[in-house]
Amino acid sequence: MEKSAQYSLVEDGAGGPRLMLSGTLTLAAIAPLERALHTMPGPIASIDLSGVEDIDTVGAWVVLQFARAHEAEITAASEAAQRLLGAVRGIEPGSEIHPPRLPAWERVPVKLGEKVYAARAGLYGVVGFFGQILIGAASLARNPARFPVKALVHQMELVGVTALPIIGLMSFLIGIVIAQQGAVQLEQFGAEALTVNLVGRITLRELGVLMTAIMVAGRSGSAFAAQLGTMKLTEEIDAMRTIGISPVEVLVIPRIMAATFMMILLGFYASVVAIVGGAVVGELALGIPFWTFLARIQEVVPTHDLWVGLIKAPVFGLIVALAGCYHGLQVRGNSEEVGRRTTMAVVSAIFAVIVLDAFFAVFFTEVGWG
Amino acid sequence: MSGSVSSPDDAPPIVVEGLGIRFGDFVVHENLDLTVRRGEILGVVGGSGSGKSVLMRAIIGLQRASEGRIDVLGHTITGVDLDRGIGVRRRWGVLFQGGALFSTLTVGENVEVALRKYYPDLSPELRQEIARYKVMLSGLPESAVTKYPSELSGGMKKRAGLARALALDPELLFLDEPTAGLDPIGAAAFDRLTRELKETLGLTVFLITHDLDTLYEICDRVAVIAEKRIIAVGTIPELIATGHPWIEEYFNGPRGRAARDSHARAKG
Repeated sequence: MEKSAQYSLVEDGAGGPRLMLSGTLTLAAIAPLERALHTMPGPIASIDLSGVEDIDTVGAWVVLQFARAHEAEITAASEAAQRLLGAVRGIEPGSEIHPPRLPAWERVPVKLGEKVYAARAGLYGVVGFFGQILIGAASLARNPARFPVKALVHQMELVGVTALPIIGLMSFLIGIVIAQQGAVQLEQFGAEALTVNLVGRITLRELGVLMTAIMVAGRSGSAFAAQLGTMKLTEEIDAMRTIGISPVEVLVIPRIMAATFMMILLGFYASVVAIVGGAVVGELALGIPFWTFLARIQEVVPTHDLWVGLIKAPVFGLIVALAGCYHGLQVRGNSEEVGRRTTMAVVSAIFAVIVLDAFFAVFFTEVGWG
Repeated sequence: MSGSVSSPDDAPPIVVEGLGIRFGDFVVHENLDLTVRRGEILGVVGGSGSGKSVLMRAIIGLQRASEGRIDVLGHTITGVDLDRGIGVRRRWGVLFQGGALFSTLTVGENVEVALRKYYPDLSPELRQEIARYKVMLSGLPESAVTKYPSELSGGMKKRAGLARALALDPELLFLDEPTAGLDPIGAAAFDRLTRELKETLGLTVFLITHDLDTLYEICDRVAVIAEKRIIAVGTIPELIATGHPWIEEYFNGPRGRAARDSHARAKG
């Protein structure tokens, strides 16, 4: 049988009726009673608890709030009920448990202002972060023995070697798509032989490095942010500082160097695999033999295309690593912040990479490497 | 409230029989027996790594037992899926070691979570009122109700965790090292609060601790875990009388003696 709380009103003259409560006044059974009490009109002179079989702090709280609202007297409370009433009596009524929230017309300008201040603080933060890295690099240059070789090699493995399969697969597929789609369009001009130029130039100049940078941002930039952010939360970074180890030297610089250096290799590798993918399509769909395709690449792609890609790659790697490490070290507070900062690291890195890529495209064409 | 019918009010709230827990080949508990009496504060002590927290996790259904049987509030926990279960979870509250507060919710919202889950028919207003007074009942100031856990000190986090454990007015309270990391004043205040709440709310308390002062001040009985099982349960004088070497060293070591002396001074 469900336990429940009952009530009845008894008229006995002076000051208003008496409220008789009975049954179970506990959390599990209180909801209907509380609703009824909420709408009950006054005045109520007293509340009689003689019929109450079971009561907990929730029951005591509801009774007490009702008594307060009607200035009613509580009578015939059992010993247990008195104890519980006593425990909650000292607490002022109120129901605010959410953080204070401004009305919308105030909140929008306040949020906007906060964003502007945050942007300024972010700018200071980035400049300060660059400064820290320069100082860290300089002090490592003065004490080469302190250089964290192991960490660097480990990061190079994580950023570079373990990324080979996924970047290889991605580039191979991109090579296939460019060759196949390009051939369909060029065929209309009877120029499907130019598919070789298309694949060779676009992968070496643009897509090999750009797609690799995006992939590294997703794989490693996010990992940097999450790792450093978690270390920040667990106070590992503070512990390092206390011992006198610079987190920039042992955590940030190896990651930045690893990403910068491995991006060159990964970008070149991606371009080569994409060309191979194009050559496979050439062999299977266009009637250009595989080795002829590769030999034609040498003839139609100018060397400066290779340089364009290889110059962009380390810059992109640097940006991805900087964004990851910077956002990781900005984490404070709670675990949600780690996720937020990781997202920011990836988004800002990819955005910066694409903006810079556009700049590079114009720049290299203007300087005659078109 | 269908769950409580099977347990008469004076039945022991926790009965552990022949419990065995192993991780792979590593045996944590073997043939462990323990009975917690209604209305007592049972202190559980043992060396680091002796499996105190594992025992607690087994009793609250977070750790599967390899052997044996655990009855809590008249329900057998072992071999039962508590997610599809018997509503026994709403009759206990747990304070984890680090507080384990939900970091994205305010303290008040932390307390509200269980109310929202188990009693959706409560009016939101009352639910928030309950959450708020629970926080203050745990000895936190009103201003703490709308704060986030990261804005609280260590001692306040423990109190907030206690408020969350008390959210559903449980009969049974599990405390995992509640005074660890608190300053002596804060620890003593927390002990007092535990005792007071136990008396006002009629709680049974399962308390894991390393704090000898806590054992002397508020525990009715103490259970000692060693050699993979409970080697003794009783009041501290009873335990010392067993003459077991580990218990001997625990209570008669320098810290044990200091705690006993200060307890004796406070009493007499």
